[in-house]
Amino acid sequence: MLQHALALLFGGDPEVWQITLLSLEVSGLATCISLLIGLPIGTWLALMHFRGRGFLLSLVNTGMALPPVVVGLVVSILLWRSGPLGDLHLIYTPAAIVIAQTIIAAPVVTGLTAAALQQLNPRLRLQLLGLGASRSQTVLALWQEARLPLLAALMAGFGSVISEVGASMMVGGNIRYQTRVLTTAIVLETGKGEFASAIVLSVLLLVLALLVNFALTWIQQHGVRR
Amino acid sequence: MSAILEIQNLLVRREQSPVLDIDHLAVEEGEVLAVIGPNGAGKSTLLLVLACLLRPERGQVFFRGNPIAAQDELTYRRRIGLVLQEPLLLDRSVYDNVAAGLRFRRLPRQAIAQRVDEWLNRLGISALRDRPARKLSGGEAQRASLARAFALQPEVLLLDEPFSALDSPTRTRLLEELHSLLRATSITTVFITHDLDEALLLGDRVAVLLNGRLHQVGPPQTVFGSPTNPDVAAFVGVETIIDGHVIACQEGQVIVESNGLRLEAVGEIEVGRPVLFCLRPEDVTLLPEEGSPTSSARNRLLGHIKRITVQGPLAHVVIDCGFPLMALITRASAREMGLVENRVVTAAFKASAVHLIPR
Repeated sequence: MLQHALALLFGGDPEVWQITLLSLEVSGLATCISLLIGLPIGTWLALMHFRGRGFLLSLVNTGMALPPVVVGLVVSILLWRSGPLGDLHLIYTPAAIVIAQTIIAAPVVTGLTAAALQQLNPRLRLQLLGLGASRSQTVLALWQEARLPLLAALMAGFGSVISEVGASMMVGGNIRYQTRVLTTAIVLETGKGEFASAIVLSVLLLVLALLVNFALTWIQQHGVRR
Repeated sequence: MSAILEIQNLLVRREQSPVLDIDHLAVEEGEVLAVIGPNGAGKSTLLLVLACLLRPERGQVFFRGNPIAAQDELTYRRRIGLVLQEPLLLDRSVYDNVAAGLRFRRLPRQAIAQRVDEWLNRLGISALRDRPARKLSGGEAQRASLARAFALQPEVLLLDEPFSALDSPTRTRLLEELHSLLRATSITTVFITHDLDEALLLGDRVAVLLNGRLHQVGPPQTVFGSPTNPDVAAFVGVETIIDGHVIACQEGQVIVESNGLRLEAVGEIEVGRPVLFCLRPEDVTLLPEEGSPTSSARNRLLGHIKRITVQGPLAHVVIDCGFPLMALITRASAREMGLVENRVVTAAFKASAVHLIPR
């Protein structure tokens, strides 16, 4: 079994690499979209004072713990052929997985962005404005000041989707060469009793998660030393 | 002189209770206005209003005679400099911090480098140029914060107790340096402090803020020497303040000439330097005019009593010795000595009770 696994891993099985690449693409894209959504909303929640802000923040924090299968169910209902967005023909496509994973990662990025900015000294904002910063210059400077916790928010967002299986399975359908990602493939292989391939895919998943986190951690450390 | 910055009819409230209620305050071009008051008097709030960082419930700030409209606030803030109690440096190099405001103004790189280096140098932190700001000591960080504000060549400098968190020797040194920088640049400055010495050293005028209201605004000698009301008097504590200059200084003994009188004090101040001669009323002893017994008090002045005001068990006596000298004695002593207005007495005080503030 181990021999078989090693052969698969180093033999350059094209299907294994295709699955890995697709996982990286789908989760990477979902994380990027989450950042585009989460960074502005998280910043807005952290810096603006308005009625209902506390409620929105706790809503976001609850969203950070959304069970992927529930997200999978909701996205399935929406994208189902007879569903409200059925005409887009997105169910069982990589795009469907990206949508589901974005819904999972966006609250994580939003919540941690808000927390990162709220940790800064509130008077720093006054000081920046006092130095003649415009609104956008102030926000940019605050982001730069909170760059390390913001990077952590990005890492957590990616981590939450690369290892997620329920939603990908439900909205992607685990279709070979099309929507099969690492996690859904592992579930399938294990179900079939093909432990060798399941192990190979698991190792790849772990390595992927580790690599991304190592890279971001390196940037963090680099940022500290600068 | 004309007002560069002016406040009219200002009201700031927090949870329905007024924090700041000021009818009028004008900052003259080129002056240093020291705003003093105890903690919680509304000093910092006043500074935030002046920096257009806090919109008052009522009232208006005028810059060079024009009201600052909401859409002009950014333009206005790019003409002032702001230093707060904490240095609030960014987590970047000292250079980047001092350059921050200039970069916000989109100055050319060359001009930024030149100005930053100039001000790092003038505040004595050139050696720290490339050091991460978070590795600075408290004093170094506040120097960087001052350099950051001065580098902007602001038309008005707003300083909110910049030295209150520093240890005493660092504070004294920085205060002296700030004093000479303000003289050299003659930037209009509003300096907030709760420390009377700082206000006396830096302020061309002093504004006393108590419970959100301006009680008195004027030259330090006037404010400290003739407080307009008991609240100001109680806050300033030191009541006798006269102008003078040092005519001799030897072994820590300073002779000051003021109003044609020679007065003794303790300190190390170069000859010829103008000073403010400060004395607390409780440090003054009153003796009958004729044949006074010898004592360790080095200063003895003859004068006649102008006014006696009873304050509970104490009597506050104003003596005219060529200048008004305040004394605080017990009512019992006043009664036993038979002190009445117009009577001539000798006022004595020790050289060590005198507080000299170099100008």
